Amino acid sequence: MGEFKVHRVRFFNYVPSGIRCVAYNNQSNRLAVSRTDGTVEIYNLSANYFQEKFFPGHESRATEALCWAKGQRLFSAGLNGEIIEYDLQALDIKYSMDAFGGPIWSMAASPSGSQLLVGCEDGSVKLFQINPDKIQFERNFDRQKSRILSLSWHPSGTHIAAGSIDYISVFDIKSGSAVHKMLVDRQYMGVSKRKCIIWGVAFLSDGTVISVDSAGKVQFWDSATGTLVKTHLVANADVQSIAVSDQEDSFVVGTAEGTVFHFQLVSVTSNSSEKQWVRTKPFQHHTHDVRTVAHSPTALISGGTDTHLVIRPLMEKVEVKNYDAALRKITFPHRRLISCSKKRQLLLFQFSHHLDLWRLGSTVATGGKTSGKFLVPGKHGDTLPLSKDADHLLQLKTKGPENIICSCVSPCGSWIAYSTASRFFLRRLNYEHDNLSLHRVSKMPACLRSAVQIMFSEDSTKLFVASNQGSLHILRLLEGSFKHLHTFQAQSGTVESMCLLAVSPDGNWLAASGTSAGVHVYSVKRLKIFEYSIPDKQYTEWSRAIQKQGFHHHWLQRDTPITHIGFHPKRPAHILLHDAYMFCIIDKSLPLPNDKTLLYNPLPPTNESDVIRRRTAHAFKISKKYKPLLFMDLLDEGTLVAVERPLDDIIAQLPPPIKKKKFGT
Amino acid sequence: MAALEEEFTLSAVPLGAGPDGLLGVEQCDKTDQFLITDGGRTVILYKVSDQKPLGSWSVKQGQVITCPAVCNFQTGEYIVVHDSKVLRLWTNEDVNLDKVFKATLSAEVYRIHSIPGTEPLVLFKEGAVRGLEALLAEPQQKIETVISDEEVIKWTKFFMVFRHPALIFITEKHGNYFAYVQKFNSSVLSKYTLLLGQEENFVIQSFTASLDRKFISLLSLSSDGCIYETLIPIHPSDPEKNQQPRVVRSLLLKTVVSGNARNALSVLDQDHVAVLGPPLPASKECLSIWNTKFQTLQVSKELPQGTSGQLWYYGEHLFMLHGKILTVIPYKCEMSSLAGALGKLKHGQDSGTQTMPHFVNWETSQGYGLESKNSEPSKRILRRRTIEPSVQPEVPASQQLLSIIKKDSEKHIEIELRKFLATKRTPDFHTVIGDIAIGLLERCKTEPSFYPRNSLMQLIQMHVLSYSLCPGLMEVALEKTDIQMLQLCLQQFPDIPEAVTCACLKMFLSDAVQDEKMEEQMGILQNGFNPEEDNCDNCDKELSKKPQKTVEETTSCPVIPKRAALLNAVLHSAYSESFLLPHLKDIPAQHITLFLQYLYFLYLKCNENATMTLPGIHPPTLNQIMDWICLLLDANFTVLVMIPEAKSLLLSLYKFVKSQICICSELNKIEVSFRELKKLNQEKNNRELYSIEVLELF
Repeated sequence: MGEFKVHRVRFFNYVPSGIRCVAYNNQSNRLAVSRTDGTVEIYNLSANYFQEKFFPGHESRATEALCWAKGQRLFSAGLNGEIIEYDLQALDIKYSMDAFGGPIWSMAASPSGSQLLVGCEDGSVKLFQINPDKIQFERNFDRQKSRILSLSWHPSGTHIAAGSIDYISVFDIKSGSAVHKMLVDRQYMGVSKRKCIIWGVAFLSDGTVISVDSAGKVQFWDSATGTLVKTHLVANADVQSIAVSDQEDSFVVGTAEGTVFHFQLVSVTSNSSEKQWVRTKPFQHHTHDVRTVAHSPTALISGGTDTHLVIRPLMEKVEVKNYDAALRKITFPHRRLISCSKKRQLLLFQFSHHLDLWRLGSTVATGGKTSGKFLVPGKHGDTLPLSKDADHLLQLKTKGPENIICSCVSPCGSWIAYSTASRFFLRRLNYEHDNLSLHRVSKMPACLRSAVQIMFSEDSTKLFVASNQGSLHILRLLEGSFKHLHTFQAQSGTVESMCLLAVSPDGNWLAASGTSAGVHVYSVKRLKIFEYSIPDKQYTEWSRAIQKQGFHHHWLQRDTPITHIGFHPKRPAHILLHDAYMFCIIDKSLPLPNDKTLLYNPLPPTNESDVIRRRTAHAFKISKKYKPLLFMDLLDEGTLVAVERPLDDIIAQLPPPIKKKKFGT
Repeated sequence: MAALEEEFTLSAVPLGAGPDGLLGVEQCDKTDQFLITDGGRTVILYKVSDQKPLGSWSVKQGQVITCPAVCNFQTGEYIVVHDSKVLRLWTNEDVNLDKVFKATLSAEVYRIHSIPGTEPLVLFKEGAVRGLEALLAEPQQKIETVISDEEVIKWTKFFMVFRHPALIFITEKHGNYFAYVQKFNSSVLSKYTLLLGQEENFVIQSFTASLDRKFISLLSLSSDGCIYETLIPIHPSDPEKNQQPRVVRSLLLKTVVSGNARNALSVLDQDHVAVLGPPLPASKECLSIWNTKFQTLQVSKELPQGTSGQLWYYGEHLFMLHGKILTVIPYKCEMSSLAGALGKLKHGQDSGTQTMPHFVNWETSQGYGLESKNSEPSKRILRRRTIEPSVQPEVPASQQLLSIIKKDSEKHIEIELRKFLATKRTPDFHTVIGDIAIGLLERCKTEPSFYPRNSLMQLIQMHVLSYSLCPGLMEVALEKTDIQMLQLCLQQFPDIPEAVTCACLKMFLSDAVQDEKMEEQMGILQNGFNPEEDNCDNCDKELSKKPQKTVEETTSCPVIPKRAALLNAVLHSAYSESFLLPHLKDIPAQHITLFLQYLYFLYLKCNENATMTLPGIHPPTLNQIMDWICLLLDANFTVLVMIPEAKSLLLSLYKFVKSQICICSELNKIEVSFRELKKLNQEKNNRELYSIEVLELF
C-alpha cells in the first residue's frame, strides 16, 4: 500500500463549547443538543449517532432551555428572553418571539405537544399555544417571587410543577393559580446555605414531584398534600438536572461533580407490588458539571461543561449485546472545521468567530527506501527533522455576534470563503514572496446571503455555494473578481437545504446531498440536473461487490461515523476515509477482507514472506495512530496531513472542576 | 473465634431444689450422655442432643445424696454416695436404687472422681484417696486423715498427667488456702500453700484448673471479681524437703465479674475461660467467654433468670442452672489463623495445578470436575447396589457414614467412604467432608489404635478440606509421624497455623524422615494413589541430581530428595512472620543449619538461570526462599553465630547479600535513567504541536 509522509498537526487549539441542554425526541429518535455559544445540533441516534444538522450560534443567544413539541418541532429559549423555533428543513431559525418576562430560564412543552410553558426571570410562568406556523401567547400564571428555574408538566396536562429559589410551586393549568407551595430545606449538611435553587423538577403521573437542588438533594414530594416524602443526598455540590423515562420507572440526575446517578423504581422485596425509588447506578463520565441529562428508552444521555456528549446505554434495556450497548462519548462536531490547500500546503481552521490560516512546514530529509515512484525518507514511525516549522499566516476575525457556519480555502490557496448566518464573505489572498496580503471581494450578489456548504473546484476556478434555502450557486472566480454563473434552484416544493457538497476533479460534475438523504448530481457544463436517489442503480460494481460480501464484522462494529472521504488524485482505486479514531485507505483493486482475516494490523509483518504478505493483504488499510483525528487528507501522492486535537489540551483550557476529596486528603 | 450457640434446656422439670443448686453434672461412658445429680435425692441420665432423660434414679425418703453420681468408664456402672458413707453401684438396667449393690464405708466421702482411661477414685473428707476397686474389696478399711482439723476441702479435680492419674484438691483453713497434689504413679502427696498476694481479705469463689506441660494451671475467681492464676508444678522439685513449698498466684484477668454474688469459673481451653456472674454489681448474671491471652471478652450471654452459680463444661457444652431449669449452651472455639488474613498467602502459582478453589461459592459449589476420578468407583458401586438394596434411604448418606465411622473397622470405613465420595456432590459437600474427617479424628482420639490413614488421605485429596474444617488432623498426623499425610496437608490446606507448620518443619528436619523413607515409598506404591506427590519427588530428584552432573562449582543438594520435597511443601505454605518467628526458635540449631544449607542451595539454583526460577512442576519461588532465609536468620541468628559449622554458610550468605545490594543499587541507578528516557520519549510524543512523520500502512 505504501508509505506516507504525514504532517501531524496539533496546533488547532479548538475548544468545543460546553453543552447546556439536550432534548430527546422519541418519535424520530433524534437528540437536540444546545451549547453555551448558542449552537444547536441534531444527532440521529438511529444513524450511528451522526450529527446530521446544525444551527450556528449567536453571541447574544444563550440557550437555557430546549424542547421538542408537536412531534418534530424544536424550540429553544434563552437569556435574551426570546423563544426561538428552528426550521429543521431549511436549517434556519423560523422565528423568534420575545416572551416579555426577562431572561427565560426554563421551558416545557405540554404532554400533548400543543402548549408551551416558559419560566421567566420575573417569576412569571407563561403559557403559549403552539399554532401550525407560530406560537401565540395565551396567559400568565400567578407571579412568583423569584425566577422560575425549572418546569414540568403532569402527564395528564392538568397541573405543572415549577421550581424556583427555595420552593416548588404546583400550578393548576385551568385556573393558573398555585395549588401548593413546597418549601425546600436550605440546610446543607448542617450548614445553612444562603439559597436553595431548584435546578430541576419532574412531575410523575402518580402525583409525585421529584426535585433536584443546589444543596445536592434529590427529593420526592407528594403534590396532593404538598409534603416531602423522601430525600436522597447524592452530592456535595449542586444537582443540576433531571430526566425521567417515559415509563416513569427510572430517572437520571446529573451533579456538578460530574456524576450521573440513575434511580430506578424497584420492588421492595421480590414479588411484592410495593415499589420504591432506589439509587441504583452512579456513572462518572464527566469531569465537570453535568448541566443536562436526557433519558431515552435505552440510554442515559448527559452533557455539560466538559463539552462531551455522553450516551450511556442501559444494559438491561439493550436486547442485543452489540456495539449499540457501548458507551458513546461525542466531543467533536462531525462537520468539517478544517480545509486544506493542497498546492500551497495551507490549512484553514474554523473557530466560532475567527479563522486561522497556517502553512505547513517542510523537511529536507532524504534517503530511505523508495516506495513506488516516490521517495520516502526514513522508516515507519520515524519523526523527520523539520527544515521549516509551520507558520501562522493569518487570523481573520468576523464582525458581529454571529458564529461562522462554514469556511473553505481554495486548492490554489488564493481564495478564502466563509459564511455566517446572515452574510457570505469571499477573500482574495496574494502572495508576494513571504508577504501575504488580503483583499476583500465586495459586492457579493444579493442571492448569496448565507451558506451551509462552500466548495471550490479542483482548479480553483469555480466556487460552489449551497445556501440554506436549498439552492446551489456557482461562481466563476477570476483574478480578483468573480462572476455569478448559475443558480440551481431547489426542487419544486422543497426547501430542504444541502448539507454535503462534492465536486468531481474536472469540475464538471457536482454532487450534493440534502437533509433527506437524497443525492443530487449536477452537470455544471450543461447546467442540467441529474438526480439519483440512494437506492438507485448508480452504485458501482465495487460497491455492489462489497454489499454482496458484506463488510468485515470489525468494520461494522465501529461506533464513530466516517467524517471525511477523499480520493487519491493519482490512483483512482484508492479511497481515503477517516473518523475520529482511525483512518483507512481502501484499495479497490485488492480483495475484500472476510471475517477470518485480521482487519486491523498495527505492526509490520516482519517475519512473513512476501507470498503470505500478498495473500493476507486486503482492501482495507487502517491506521489508528492518530486520535482524536479531526481532519485528514492527501496533500500529494505520498504526503498526508492529519489534524489531531488531544483531549488533554481541551481539558486544560476548561475551568477547573469541583475539587473532590480523595483518600481523606 | 469463640462463640456461644443458641441455648437449650434439658428438662422442663425444675431442678436444684436445695440451696446449693445441683450437686454435679458428670460425663458418661457414652458420648452425649450426662449424669445430673440433683441436690436432693435424684440422679438423672440425659442424652443432650435429644434433650431427653434416659433414666432417673432416686434414693429412699430420708436418705440424701451427698456426692454427685459418676460413671465408671471401665465398667459402665454408675456410682453415687448417699448419707456421706453409703456407696451405691448400679447400671442402666437397675430401676430401684435400694436394691442395687451397696457398700458402707468407714469415713465420709467428699467426692468420687471418674475420668476415661482409669479407675474411679474416692476422695474422703479427711483428704485420703482410695481407688474404687481397693475400697470395694475392703469397704470398712481404715481411712487415714491427711489434712489437719478445721481444714475443709473446697474444690478438687482429677487429671491424667502423661497417662498417670493425678488428683488436686484445695483446702481452706482460716482463710488460708492449701493445694494438695496426689500422684498415683509415685504415690506422692505434695502440699502447697497458696499465697494470695495483696488481696488477702477476699474469698475465693471458684476454682478451675487445666494442665500445662509441667504445671497445673489453677485459676481462681476471687470475690473482688478478678481471675488469678497459680502454677502448681506437677513434678515437685525435691519432695524430700520438709518445708512446705509456696505458690504465688498472679492476676490473669481484672474484674470480670462483680463480687458478692455466687460466681463460677471454668477453663475451656488453653486461652479461654468461661465466667458466670454479673459483670456489674447491679446487672443480671451473664455467661462470658474471656480470652486470657489477649485479655478480651469474646462473647457474653445474659441469663436474666439467675443461676445457681455453678458451671460445668464437658466437650462442647456448658451446663448451668438457669432459673431452676438445667440449660445447655453449646460452645465452639474455632482455631483462628491470621495467616490467611494478614500473612503470606499461598503462592499464586499453586492455583494452576490446584483446580479447587479454597473459597466456597455458596450458590454454585456443586459440580467440581472430579467425575473422571470417581467414574471407576461409581461403576463398582452401581454393581454392588444391585446386589444389596440401599439401606435406610431416608437417612442422608453422610449421616450413615458418620455412624459407620463411630463403630466399624478401618477397612469397612474405607470402602464406605469411597462409596460415599463417588456419589454426586451436594452443595454442602465441603462441610460434609469436614464432618467426616472430624468424625474419624474423634475416634482416633478415643481409640489410640484406630488410625484410618487411607480414608484420611482420600478425604484430603478431595481438595476441599482446610485446616479449620478438621482442626485435629495435622496434630494426629504429627503424633503418628505420618510424613506423607503432613506433606499432603501442607500442599492442600490454605490455613495452617504457624505453630503446626513449624512442628511439621521440625519433624521433616529430624531423623524421622530418613528412617521412614523406605517405608513411605512402599506405602505409596501399595496405596496406588497420589501421582502428584511422586512428581514432586521426581522433580526434586531431578533438581538434586542436576547440579552434580552439570555444574561443578555449586554444592550438591544437602538433603535427600524426599526431605527436599517435604521442605518444599513447607516453603509453599502460608504464614505470617510475627507468628512464625517464635516457633522457629524452638528448632534445634543443627536442623536450622541444615535447612539454611538447603535454602542456600535452592537460592544458588535459582541464580543459575535468567528467570530466577527452579525447574520442576511446583518449585518454590525465589521470594519464598529469600523470605525463609531471612526468617530463619532472624529467629536463630545468635545461636547460628555460635555454631562453627554454620560459619561458612553465614559467610557465603553475607557475601551474597552484599552482592545483591550492589546489584540493587546499580539497578536503581539504571531505573532512574530509564525513567528519564521514558519521560523524554513521552514529551516527544505528546507535547510537540507539529511534526512530520513516516507512516507505513500494512
